[in-house]
Amino acid sequence: MLIKHKKRIFLLMPALFFLVVCIFLFKGLFKDPHRLVSTRIGKTVPEFTLPDLFQPSKLHHSSIFKGQKMLLNVWATWCATCYAEHNFLNKMANSDIYIVGMSYKDDRTKAIRWLKDLKNPYKITLFDKDGMVGMDLGVYGAPETFFIDSKGVIRYRQVGDISPQIWREKLSEIYKKME
Amino acid sequence: MIPEIGQFTLVVACMLSLLQTVYPLYGVQTGHQGAIKSAKVLAILQFVFVSAAFLILSYLFFVNDFSVLYIAMNSNSLLPWYYRLAAVWGAHEGSLLLWVFLLSIWTAAVAVMSKRLPVESVARVLAILGLLSFGFYLFILLTSNPFIRTLPLFPVDGRDLNPILQDIGLISHPPILYMGYVGLSVPFSFAIAALLEGRLDSAWAKWSRPWTMAAWIFLTIGISLGSWWAYSELGWGGWWFWDPVENASFMPWLIATALIHSLLVSEKRGVFKSWTVFLAISAFSLSLLGTFLVRSGVLVSVHAFANAPSRGLFILAFLVIVVGSSLILFALRASTVKSRGRYELVSREAMLLVNNILLAAALIVVLLGTLLPLVHKQIGLGAISIGAPFFNRIFSVLIVPFALFLGVAPLARWKRQNIQDLTKPLIHSLIIATIATLLFLFIFATHFTWLALMGVFLGMWVFSTVGYELCLRARHRHSLFTGLLKLGNSHWAMSLAHAGFAVVIIGITMVQNYSIEKDIKLSIGQSISFEHYNFTFDGIEPLKGDNYTGTTGIFTVHRKGHFVTIMHPEKRIYTVQKMPTTQAAIDPGFTRDLYIAMGQKLPDGAWTLRIYYRPFIRWIWFGPVFMAFAGILMLFDRRYRHKKVKSLVDGENASC
Repeated sequence: MLIKHKKRIFLLMPALFFLVVCIFLFKGLFKDPHRLVSTRIGKTVPEFTLPDLFQPSKLHHSSIFKGQKMLLNVWATWCATCYAEHNFLNKMANSDIYIVGMSYKDDRTKAIRWLKDLKNPYKITLFDKDGMVGMDLGVYGAPETFFIDSKGVIRYRQVGDISPQIWREKLSEIYKKME
Repeated sequence: MIPEIGQFTLVVACMLSLLQTVYPLYGVQTGHQGAIKSAKVLAILQFVFVSAAFLILSYLFFVNDFSVLYIAMNSNSLLPWYYRLAAVWGAHEGSLLLWVFLLSIWTAAVAVMSKRLPVESVARVLAILGLLSFGFYLFILLTSNPFIRTLPLFPVDGRDLNPILQDIGLISHPPILYMGYVGLSVPFSFAIAALLEGRLDSAWAKWSRPWTMAAWIFLTIGISLGSWWAYSELGWGGWWFWDPVENASFMPWLIATALIHSLLVSEKRGVFKSWTVFLAISAFSLSLLGTFLVRSGVLVSVHAFANAPSRGLFILAFLVIVVGSSLILFALRASTVKSRGRYELVSREAMLLVNNILLAAALIVVLLGTLLPLVHKQIGLGAISIGAPFFNRIFSVLIVPFALFLGVAPLARWKRQNIQDLTKPLIHSLIIATIATLLFLFIFATHFTWLALMGVFLGMWVFSTVGYELCLRARHRHSLFTGLLKLGNSHWAMSLAHAGFAVVIIGITMVQNYSIEKDIKLSIGQSISFEHYNFTFDGIEPLKGDNYTGTTGIFTVHRKGHFVTIMHPEKRIYTVQKMPTTQAAIDPGFTRDLYIAMGQKLPDGAWTLRIYYRPFIRWIWFGPVFMAFAGILMLFDRRYRHKKVKSLVDGENASC
């Protein structure tokens, strides 16, 4: 009987081991789960020159990111999430947050019409027709927002839309801390 | 409308899978014959409905219906049609649908091909498979529905398939690998059914074996295709990275390999039964764990998909329920299992046990190496990464006893082997292997290393023992030639699979010891020479594909002054996602590969380049082809062809 008991305990070992593994897996789920780490964080915005969305002849240099803290919002008219996000961007712009927009891989006429229809939250709107600057920034897909401090250094990157909730719970803190 | 039909068929399949679990089990409990027999019908119906869902999703990809969110995110109208179809499983939602679709194929196959088995056993097995399907259907419908629409505002065009996945390797590699993963659910269900029934006998082992073998064949092909894909497409020039996702596929393979051998012993000799059941449970548990690791994003990997934590939580819960309850059931029931067979320390049983222990040890190394970074971080020791050196070192140790025993085991007898009888074959094999090794290294090696000597010797040792054993068995009763013809399929299968393993060892040894890698800068017109090869950078040309643009480099290769080939490495930029990818140029060969990948263009007009010389790398993929072919050969062994089963059970001295 005793031997049988010992055998049973021995046979339970895999189940126990499995349980321990699962506990670690469970904790692992909530540890910093899916943040995409950008290699750009802590570095300055890469050098570029891009035309303005509204005036093709007017060129902006990457030095526009220096002087004050701001957000760089990457968006496109083909992106449904950007549409969802747009309203909140307007609200942020109204509460004096400086946002630069970057129209990403898009059609100029469509993009201009979009901003006319939905209101324009951007102080400057860059036009990155073939996404070359987006590539340098490591843009994963639209929408994406970069938090840039007054020295032009990227401090944070938000992949996906900025919802009022995410802003309240997390992003506003990051924004406030930036200089 | 069509996406909604797809969703509907998926819901129906989900209901059917639940019914497939409950009703047959009720039948088995109460002895209701109709309920027992319903299992097969339900399994086939479930297969029909999930196939419809899968076909509908494929069709929606084909016609570019971007109102479906999943398609908008992962496809694009510029994508060629075959990549649009492959994009079905290019990301999370679709690959889960593929998973459950393949599971239904296996289930239907069990339902159709198990005519010889008692109906109650089949009903139990199908019920368990149904439960597994049900879990996955819930997962898809609740967290990862591929049919969700983006209405009312949907994009005009999609975001495109991840360019790295736009390759022939993607079309074939995940479905085959999944087929293997999912196939392990069959031996798992057989094992659980046997535990529930309390009947672990050799009949059970005999039924499980061909299914395990079939799943193992798919795993073998899938893993090696994945390795080949990484080599040819990812532009890193390596063939295995010990990446968590690769490990996730390697772990079930290790255990499935152990299981094939252990099932053999259980079937033939009636021993190792609890161990075999445990392996059957573990193999599928590792498949599920692999799914969790890939899908939840807890580990950093090149293959990582962007994911929501709710999904990880769901799979984890599923994992806990399925694996946890199986292991507890195992602990409760296996303690009553008795082994009747006896065997001695030197016998084929003992050697196969060593083989199993070594494979299990290898598994533990991979499992710990994969999970340790996670654990390490959580118990506050900081982030660490366990890289290739750790795995390589341990595997180069484990492989030595493994290959040595692999050579000896087929020569040994069941029950008891007289050591004196083994001496002669072993000494002969040793001499042949040593001569072959020295000859091989003399011809192909540029310099001497102990590791290369050992690796090549192990490969040659397996070759020579396999050859020797074949001769010995063939000449047992006949002349060599007629004897070879009379050997059973499964005997040939064993020899071929072992030889395939030897091919892999030699391939790995040569690649790891004699590869040459040059990271250099070349301007147009310059050239570089090494290992008798001369590479000249002739120029660049613009490149224009269906959905990408880019640059092609032109390189002329000479060996000892003779023209070899012209190579065209590419630097592509995919038009929609703007992702630059490197398309390496590879000149394959039986004894060596040449490999050129373009890096960056420098301000002075020169290019950074990566040029590799990889000896015998093809052998790493030839080997698995042998193994997979061997597996297929075994499936066609007479013993598994139903008509003749009765007259030939164990009639042959065949072995695997």
